[in-house]
Order: sequence, then C-alpha cells, then structure tokens
Amino acid sequence: MSDVLERPESAIRVAAPLDDGHLKVVGTRPIRPDGAEKVTGKALYGADLAMPGMLVGKIKRSPHAHARIVSIDTRKARALAGVKAIVTAADFPDLASEEYEAGESASNLRDLSLNVMARHKALYDGHAVAAVAATSSDIADEALALIVVEYEALPHVIDVEAAMADGAPVLHAHLFTEGLAARPDKPSNIAKRNELTRGDLAAGFAGAEVIIEGRYTTAAVHQGYIEPHACVANFGADGQCQVWSSSQGQFMIRTYCAKVLDLEASDIRVTPAEIGGGFGGKTTVYLEPVALALSRQCGAPVKMVMTRDEVFRATGPTSGAVIEVKLGAMADGTIVAADVVLKYQAGAFPGSPVGAGSMTALACYDVPNFSIVGYDVVTNTPKVAAYRAPGAPISAFGVESAVDDLALKLGMDPIALREKNAVRDGTKASYGPTFRNIGYVETLQAIREHPHYSAPLGPNQGRGLAVGFWFNVGGESTAAVNIGEDGSAVVISGNPDIGGSRASMAMMAAEVLGLPVEKVRPIVADTASIGFSMLTGGSRTTFATGMAVTQAAQKIVEDLKRRAALLMDVSVDQVDYVNGVAVCLDASKGKADLTIAELAAKAAQTGGPIGAQVSLNAQGAGPGFGVHLCDVEVDPETGHVTVLRYTAAQDVGKAIHPAYVEGQIQGGVAQGVGWALNEEYVFDRTGHMENAGFLDYRVPVASDLPMIDAIMVEVANPRHPFGAKGVGEVPIVPPLAAVANAVRGAIGKRMTDLPLSPPKIRAAVDAG
Amino acid sequence: MSQVDFIAPDSAEKASQALLATGARPLSGGTDLLVQLRAGRLPPGMIVDLKRIPGAIGIRQEGGGFIIGAATPGVALSEHRVLSLAWPGVVEAVNLIGSTQIQGRASMAGNLCNASPAADSVPALVAARATCLIVGAGGRRMAPVESIAVGPGRTSLALGEFVLEIHLPARPARSGDAYLRFIPRTEMDIAVVGAAVNLTLDDAGVVSDAYVALGAVAPTVLLVPEAAAALIGSRLDEAALDRLDAAARAACHPISDKRGTIEFRTKIAGVLARRAAVIAHGRAENRT
Amino acid sequence: MSKRQHISAVVNGDPVEFLSAPGTTLLDALRDELGLTGSKEGCGSGDCGACSVILDGRLVCSCLVLAVEAEGRRVETIEGLADGGTLHPLQQKFLEHAALQCGFCTPGILVAAKALLDANPDPTESEARYWLAGNLCRCTGYDKIIRAVMDAAAELRQVRV
Repeated sequence: MSDVLERPESAIRVAAPLDDGHLKVVGTRPIRPDGAEKVTGKALYGADLAMPGMLVGKIKRSPHAHARIVSIDTRKARALAGVKAIVTAADFPDLASEEYEAGESASNLRDLSLNVMARHKALYDGHAVAAVAATSSDIADEALALIVVEYEALPHVIDVEAAMADGAPVLHAHLFTEGLAARPDKPSNIAKRNELTRGDLAAGFAGAEVIIEGRYTTAAVHQGYIEPHACVANFGADGQCQVWSSSQGQFMIRTYCAKVLDLEASDIRVTPAEIGGGFGGKTTVYLEPVALALSRQCGAPVKMVMTRDEVFRATGPTSGAVIEVKLGAMADGTIVAADVVLKYQAGAFPGSPVGAGSMTALACYDVPNFSIVGYDVVTNTPKVAAYRAPGAPISAFGVESAVDDLALKLGMDPIALREKNAVRDGTKASYGPTFRNIGYVETLQAIREHPHYSAPLGPNQGRGLAVGFWFNVGGESTAAVNIGEDGSAVVISGNPDIGGSRASMAMMAAEVLGLPVEKVRPIVADTASIGFSMLTGGSRTTFATGMAVTQAAQKIVEDLKRRAALLMDVSVDQVDYVNGVAVCLDASKGKADLTIAELAAKAAQTGGPIGAQVSLNAQGAGPGFGVHLCDVEVDPETGHVTVLRYTAAQDVGKAIHPAYVEGQIQGGVAQGVGWALNEEYVFDRTGHMENAGFLDYRVPVASDLPMIDAIMVEVANPRHPFGAKGVGEVPIVPPLAAVANAVRGAIGKRMTDLPLSPPKIRAAVDAG
Repeated sequence: MSQVDFIAPDSAEKASQALLATGARPLSGGTDLLVQLRAGRLPPGMIVDLKRIPGAIGIRQEGGGFIIGAATPGVALSEHRVLSLAWPGVVEAVNLIGSTQIQGRASMAGNLCNASPAADSVPALVAARATCLIVGAGGRRMAPVESIAVGPGRTSLALGEFVLEIHLPARPARSGDAYLRFIPRTEMDIAVVGAAVNLTLDDAGVVSDAYVALGAVAPTVLLVPEAAAALIGSRLDEAALDRLDAAARAACHPISDKRGTIEFRTKIAGVLARRAAVIAHGRAENRT
Repeated sequence: MSKRQHISAVVNGDPVEFLSAPGTTLLDALRDELGLTGSKEGCGSGDCGACSVILDGRLVCSCLVLAVEAEGRRVETIEGLADGGTLHPLQQKFLEHAALQCGFCTPGILVAAKALLDANPDPTESEARYWLAGNLCRCTGYDKIIRAVMDAAAELRQVRV
C-alpha cells in the first residue's frame, strides 16, 4: 500500500466551537440510509422508471449556431406508423417576458420557454426545435429525420469579447444593455453591466507602491454529472399531470412546467427520482415541459432521456470568461486598491453568473478602494446553468493569480499576504454585509500548520495556494417528522438527496429526538406529499432544510413532554426529555421514566398521532471560506501537468456527517482541477461543439488525481441549531488558481488562460 | 441503431461471403463499430461477428513468432507472458487503448482496420514489422500492417475482405521494442501523438537494426526510415537521439484539431521517439 | 426493421431468454428486456463505465456489446454482486467509507472493482486508480472510492487466509 493511503484520512480542527460535547449523533459517520439501495443497483434514477404504455420522446435540435427558423414541416413524420405526437413551439404558450424566482437564481420565463423549444430563431447548435413521441426509440429517430426544418443561417458569435464588440451578430433585437447611465439606442449582446465600488480607486492606485496587472481567461465548462437528464411525464385526460424526473428540485420542476405550459401548479405532481449528479446543472427544465406537451397530445406517458451529446450541446455549461485584475499594494503587502473587470458568457439568453462572480471576487480581502465591473453577455452557446458556486471560481482564478504574483513581487509568503488583507469578524464585505462568525483566518492557519505547507519540492515541481469564498444560502424549506407507534421516526423533506442529505436530515432529527440514527428514516417526498421547498442548491439543504427538520423534531420533543406530563399526572415543567426518555424532574414523586416508544404506544390516550411539520424561510446561512494547497509536477518536454498532492481546508461551521463533508470538498477539488487542466468547450468555425462527449471533453479520471486531504475547520454558525454552514460549493472556488499558481512555481511563468493544456504549457516553456 | 442485421458465422469463408453485402461490417470487439453506428456515422447494414470463427480469438506461437486472432481482446495479450516478454512494446501499445472495459473487448485487428491515424497499437505493429492474414472472396493473402490504412477511416481491404490474424515475427536476441503516446489525461484519451521504436543490438551493443513508427502525425501511421537510420550504427548516444528527434519531427505532417496543434504534435513526436528509443534500448540490453 | 432474435444467456447465474433487435446493446437489453436497471447509461460510447458488466469473466462496457453477442454467454451485473441479502465486502466498504455521493456511477464502479479484485487481490493504489480510470465519478474526487476498494481488498485477503 502506498504511503499516501497511510496518511490520516481527515482532520477536524475545532476553532470556535459551540458547546457540543453532548452531541451523540451529529458529528459521527453513520452509514447513509439510502446507501444499500445505491450499492445494489436498486435505486431508481431518472431513466429507470417504466410505465405501462409508455412512449419514447426525442428532440430534434438545430444544427446551426444561429439561424432563423423559416418553417417546420412535420407532415411526413406524423404519417409514420408508430408516431403518436409531435410538438414545436406552436404547441407552447408564447409567454411574456417576466422574471421569476424558482431555480438557482431568477429566470426570465419567456427565455426559459424559448430555451425549452426555439420559436422563430435557433440560438445555438443543439437548440430544441421540435419533439416527437413514438412507440419505439427507432421510430422516434426515424420521425426526427422526417421533420423538415427550413433555416436561414445567420452569422454567429461565441467568444465573449467578440460578442461585446461593435458589429457583432446580435442575438436578440429586443436586448438593450441594462445598468448603463442612459438607455442605449441600439440592441447589444451585453445584457447587463453591474458595478460594485468602494472608496477612491484612483487615489488608491496613486498611493500604491506596487502594481500588479493581469488578464485571464477561462473556457466554458460543463457540470459533467454522469446521469443525463431524464424524465417520464403523463398528462391525464382530466388535466392532472404526473412527472417523474431527476432534478435538483421537484418544486422547481412543478413551477417551471406550470409556467411554461400555463397549467395550475396543483395539477402537476412531481416525484423526484434519485439524481445522478447535478452541481447546479439540474436547477432548470429542459425535457419535462416537452414530455408533458407530447403526453397531452397523445394521452400516453412519455419518457425522455438525453444522450450525452445532447447533455453537452443543449444543457448548461458555465460561462467562458475574461477576467482583468489590477491590484495596488504597499510594500508591506497591504492591498490598497483593486480594479476588476469580468466579462462572462451567458449563452443564448441573459443570466450569466457574473453578478455572483463580482460579489465574490474580493470577498476574502479587506480592500479600501475597489471597483468591480461585470458584463453579462449573450452568445450562440447553450444557455449557461448554475455550476457549483456559480461565477465564483472564474473571478477567483483572476484575483488569486494576481495575488500570487503580488506575493512573488513582494517576496512575501502567500499566506502571510492573505492574512494581512484578510476579512475578519466585523469586516464589511466587499459585497455589502458585515461578516460575523467567519472562519477564514483559522482556515489559513490550518493550511500554514499542515505538513504539506513545508514539505520539500523536487525538480519541475511547484506549489500553489489559493483561497475562495461562497455565500451559501438558506431559504424556504418544509420538513415533517412523524413518530411511529413503536417510537421510530420518519423525516419527510422536499429536497432531492444529491450527495447524502438524507443522512444529515436523519442525524439532526435523531440528535433532537434522542434516537439512534437507525431508528430515523428520511424520505424525499413528491410535491403533493410535503410543503414547498426551494431546490437543492446554494449549499442550502443541510442548513435550511436541516433547520426545518430540527425545529419539527423540537416541536415533537415539546409534545412528548406534554404527553409524558399527562401520563405521569404532573405539570409539564416537571418533565424533561433526555436521550429519548421523558423523566420526571421531581424524583420524590416516584414516577417511572417514559421512553419515546412507550409514549408513542400510548399516543391515542394523549392526543393521537405524534408528528410535526415546519415550514420556514431560513436566514443566516454562514458564508464559507476555503484555502487550498496544490503541488504539481510539469513535464517540460510535453507540457503535461501531474497533480502530486492536494490539501483543502475549509470553514464548515459544524460537520454534521464529516465523511460527506470531506466528500464535498474532495469532489469540488476534482472538478476544479478538471476546469484548470483539461476541460473546455471546443467549437468549430460553424459554431458546432467539437467535443460533445466524455472522450474529448476530458473530465478527470481516477488515475489523474492523488488523494485529496480535506481539513474541516469548525467555526460554528450560531444561526444553525448545530452550527452548520453550507459546504458544497466553496471547494470548487480555489482550485483553478491553486493549480495555476502551482504551475507558475513549476515552470517559472504565469499561465493566464484556462485550461492549462499541454500545448499551452509547452509553448510557454519554449518561449523561455 | 436497430436498423442492422447480425450474423455470427462459424467459418472465415462464410464471414467473407457475408461481408460482400452492401454496408456489411465486420465486428470483433465492437468498441469503435458500436460507437460509430450509434453516432449515425455508418450506414445501416449487416454486422458480421468474427468471434465465432475458429482461431479468431487466441494467441499461438509459430516459427518463433506469434499469430494473434483478429478478435482477441487486448487483455488477453497482456495475460500472455511469452508474448509480453517478446514484444513488450506491442503489448503496452494495445493495452493503452481505452479503459480496462475497452481492453476486455478491443482487438488489434479492429484497431488496425478502423484506420485511425491515432490508433495506439498500429505504430507498435508497424515498427515490429507485423503482417496480417487477410481473408476474402478471392482467398487468403498476407500483407504488411502498414498497407492496411490508406487514410483516416479508409483501408485497402477489398469488398468481402477482412483481417483474420496478425502475425508478429520471430525475435532476434538483444532486441527490444517500446511504444509511448501522449495524452492530456493519464488514461482514456485518444493519442495526440504516438511513437514506437523496435531495435536490435549487435554483440558490441551497437544498434544493428531499427524501425521507428509514428502515430497521429499524418493521415496514416508513418514508418520513418530516416528516424531508424539515425539510430542504426549508434549506441544510442545523445547525438543519435538528437538525430532521431529531428528525423521524427521532419517526418510529421499533422493537422491541428481539438486534440492538438501542428506545432505541438511535431515537437512531441520527437520527444516520444527519443524516450521510446531509450526504453526499447534498455529492453534490448536485457533480452539475451 | 430487422427482426428481433431470440437470445439465451446466463445473467447473474440464472438462465434468461429474451428477444432483441440485432442493433440493440446489451445495456438496453439488460435494462429494458430484463428489468435490470442497475447498469446505467452515462454516455453510450464506452467513455464513462456506468454500464460496466462482466461478460464471460471479462470486464466490459455493456453499451459497447450487442445483446445478440451475449447468446450462450455469462453476464454478471451489479444486481448479482450481493450474496442474496448479504452485501459483498466491496458494497459494505463503499457504505462505510462514504464512497458514493449521487450513486449513479456506483454500480459500474463496484462491478469494475470486483473484476479488479478477482484479477489482482492485492492492488497498489496506483493499480486501482488505473484499473478504474474507465469509470468516471464526478462527485467524489475518487479519494473515498479508492480507499474503499483498498480496504475491501484487504478484507477479502483476510477472508482468503
């Protein structure tokens, strides 16, 4: 066995604990309750459901990156035996432009609808233009080929700066740049300009002793979940609809289907399938409204499953971008001015994550004078979807590369430089609020003290450090807890379990109820069986839905005390509830303890079934900080980069299930390393994606990565009952720059354009 | 993808007959064929499974060399100790094709007849001076492996012809081969460049015979005699390796595509040829 | 359209018969004809390994095998990995090490890992990583997967002793 495996798997550093010595379940590592189903192949994902009489639905997609749809002739396809339904945009209501909050961020419903099915114009290679339902996959394929679409090809634009330039092909004649002092007189691909400023930028730079400038680019990259989008939909003769689909939010699917098809939400029941990865990419609809429209036309259930090619060509990558950074600092390392310009591809419709990219760009730094300007730019590429800490890895790549150069120029230790400028409790964040209970400096400290930080490096090796920030969110959640007649519990929530949240829900309920976790069964319910919850995203589930679960369990504890008091014939204030047992505080009364099982068995005598439901809008999600350290070795002859060692420390609040927190950190690092080294959308001259498959898109494989040491720094979030902060998104923020900074160390040159593919590195080495 | 027919003939002659049909395709491991069918890159037609033909799967030793059935999966080559010792470069080249799963199916003959310039096993086979047994309506013939591919996806095989066996020659003492390819990841990618070197040393340790083949730097795999000439007569000193590097680069006429640029491919061809030569040399010194 | 052919094979030790069009993949036949949906399609081109099965003792991608090729052959899928109600040590170690997040790649990785340990009971970390390079996982960064495989290997070696 290698020495790597002998290293301790993880470490938890308790930096600022809650008083949690009494915890029995939270903080342990039980086996996840949905685990056995998933290791035996029984768990049902989006494509695994079959219904009687089910048809196969498929989508016809534009081969053009930008084209006017002149006509669509479906007659031949309709005449084919076995074809049961065909829809085009004509079968969907032509919605008005309206912003609506349901997914990861606000969406324009008209744009959403037009992305689901193109009307008048196809805006990217792969844009849906028609769909069929047929009795077999082969007939559906044949029918697609028989649909005749006449296009008038238009000039297209993919590069973000080319799309911003005067004279660029304009995607939307109605799109006028928002956020300018005056309304522009002509349409533009720049959907929006946003700006964050503080202090006096010019004065800041004027007083600076050192200036660092850089221009950085990132390529569009895909979330790369292994499960393609899939659903089954049935539109009943009475208008009641059933949707079974894999997504990050069954309520999001319900809302968007209702809006896109102009249906009542209560007529749509969405059952969440197991989800085979999302990372933000399953926070919107692509197939579900189409499947419903097809089913409405033919009266049979319709199953739709994307191919991998469709996933790449037609679902959300995140933005390719240009990041310009200028830093001014004093000789002691104090950063006195920062000027950041961000240009993000939005894809076919407005809505890149440049806003979040702007807000996070300088969030780790206390800078007196700064300007951050962001541009949201439409391009002839698939509409971007959320991708893990949307926007933040991109701006962090630029800023952390520049800070690394600043440290080099000043001859300062990279951690010392960041500590000198670190945000702390009480610092006003660059995006507005004042930080409280953050664990950033503790996380820097954790890396400084880790043996990795002082380990020797060999020839052609380099070490890179980078930091990252993500807000984390709370939001609306509903959870119910019901106690069975034997004292066991069921926890019902409305958030798809994308990476182990059933486990954390069960653990929090078990902790409060004083039950062993095995006696608490969590389920993820359909939209008709539990109240509304926002989708699984923004690292919110353990925080917000966990808060609802905890409060529901606390309500039950209060109820159990009341019931015990009734049975003991004492007043409620004389009853305590400890470790699953109600006890009478007045020992002189000689009352026997009552376990939760005994109380449950006698529920009929004390008011009936025991259960509680809590709906809330959780506030106070603690922001998270990550500090990553990466060692690489570069083969100077081939430009190949090997990641030798990776250590990631993160302020996690309180790790409810530490193994799954580590897993989030390790997974985020792996995605970030892929983003840094190899992943990118490659388009040919016609705007066709050339690498729409796992073969040439090149996500990291097992042999590409070392073990990833995850260090959980616990600085508790007092607004969560157990101190939790969101953990899922922070870890993808630092790796892009951590890798690039390590490559800088190995070859002695700054690489500014992602991915850091071998041809670029070899060329940089050759340039000397 | 269901618009196809399928037969699994039990003799080479029946297979050849079936392959005369329009659009008929031989199937050995299927790791290229099924992908192409699914992507709609091939017209529908008859799939002729070669795996039930006697001898299509298996490795036999004959006259000091090896005869490898067309549908023998890659994993069977690495499991064959004698073959792995005699032709380590060929075996490592085959084993670089795809994942463990692909190794369970993919064959050298399929890799050869798919006619990709980036096929990993082909440079090693070419450098090894391998030949293949071709079966067709007109009978059987032998041909050098480098004569099979004539351009990306195009072969010299006539209608009804297919490769039934790959023949690796007997190995002189003090000879060794090696194959290296460059990919951006550590596994799973198509070669950006591949380089194979097969050489023999005389009793004095001087290279007496050598073959150098390059992949993914031209429309077909290249046998580069100038690169071999750079090695012959040398003890693989730095000067010889520099000449090899230069000759390999000079032979390249690659394209720029999503997998690599002309400039990068050309440079890497020299790097890999040099490194493969050193490995082959080491193996030759150790193989008496 | 081509007529469906009658196929007899042994799946997870049991004889099965089904009809299959000549162009249908083994993966589709397993999922649609035999109801064994544990094998997943992530790419359909042999690049992700989510459909991994063992065919006559060889690890393969079932998306790159025609169902008609399975005539007379033995197929092992994730559904056959546990011994009745008892999980295979690999399955148990995946649970204990939290080696899965979304779980979609898990069946294919478990089948591939079983093939690894059948072929090499004492793999190094590097051997395990290269053997599993054809199985993409986007959630875990592979760390806990590799640990679980190594731990299961160690346990299986103990059992053998």
